[in-house]
Amino acid sequence: MAETGSSATDYIRHHLTNLSVGEGFWTFHLDTLAFSFVLGMVILALFRTAARRATSDVPGPIQNFVEILVDFVDTQVKDTFHGRSELIAPLALTIFVWVFLMNFMDLIPVDLLPWAAKKAGVHYLRVVPTTDVNATFAMSLTVFALIIFYSLKIKGPLGFAKEMTLSPFPKWYFIPVNLVLKLVEELAKPVSLALRLFGNLYAGELIFILIALLPWYLQFLLGWPWAVFHILIITLQAFIFMVLTIVYLSMAHEDHA
Amino acid sequence: MNINATLLGQMITFGLLVLFTMKYVWPPLVQAMAERQKRIADGFAAAEKGKRELQLAEKRSTDMLRDAKEKEVSDEAKAHAKAEAERILASARGDIDQEIIRAREELRGRVADLVVAAAGRILEKEIDAKAHAKLLEGVVKQL
Repeated sequence: MAETGSSATDYIRHHLTNLSVGEGFWTFHLDTLAFSFVLGMVILALFRTAARRATSDVPGPIQNFVEILVDFVDTQVKDTFHGRSELIAPLALTIFVWVFLMNFMDLIPVDLLPWAAKKAGVHYLRVVPTTDVNATFAMSLTVFALIIFYSLKIKGPLGFAKEMTLSPFPKWYFIPVNLVLKLVEELAKPVSLALRLFGNLYAGELIFILIALLPWYLQFLLGWPWAVFHILIITLQAFIFMVLTIVYLSMAHEDHA
Repeated sequence: MNINATLLGQMITFGLLVLFTMKYVWPPLVQAMAERQKRIADGFAAAEKGKRELQLAEKRSTDMLRDAKEKEVSDEAKAHAKAEAERILASARGDIDQEIIRAREELRGRVADLVVAAAGRILEKEIDAKAHAKLLEGVVKQL
């Protein structure tokens, strides 16, 4: 609910401002960094507990839960990627769980944590790291770096250069056209990955903020259905990010030359 | 929503998370799951084998039981038949003995008559059967 004395615009703008330090490029969004880091630690603690106690006997509840995730991700990877890689499956698991948890922050009432922070003297707080393009691009650019790395490793620099210049039209005079097409194709991967996740979560959060502007006795009418629907969105977006990562990396592993 | 150094911080966090998962989380879990899978498969195979062996043992035991029963029945029948034969033999012997005694009695009677008739003829005079019955009876008894 908007503070008395401040307009709806101010309220929305306030909610969309990161807690940041620094100037220009060297600005750090402390809230994004902190929340994603803490959520990452939650994942590590959970995973490490399960992994340390991992037994082929009857699994405990934590191991059982983590095994369900591992099995789910492993199935996805095996369906798409047919090579051998020690990286892809753990990467996919990390992405899925981390993105899911960061998205999940969206289901916490929009005013709750900023209100608590204000009591503690912090005036700006955005709690959903995936509504920050920096977080989504950080993941998609890392994935992009891995795509380039594996393309070079599997196909060799020459093979990669060939793929970039001689497809889709395998004639020498098409080289410039091919190069432009392939560059767009490759660059579209990280951009679409990052912006799809960002866009979905940003829009979702904005709608929660708009719902929060309604009178308190009407908020549940829209807030409840949107929150339920959002459970689907946050899971789906985490899943899409994971699956596309697997697909892109398996494409990087395929040698067409 | 501007790109800034937060990106770098996020990349570092992401990279560390992935590395950790890759090194310390994924391998032990996947290994434990594979081991369990193998153990379950082995367990099923063992159960299957046990079941087959049980069926075999059951079949063998019913066979043995049937054979034993058949043997027992035949032994019993033999004993029964033997007893029956002995009984029949004994009763036959009894019958024969009785028959002999009756024949002997009859013979005795006839011989007494014959003796009386023969003696009458020899003496050529009527013998008072009644008067001599006691005497004759004594003779007959001696036969």
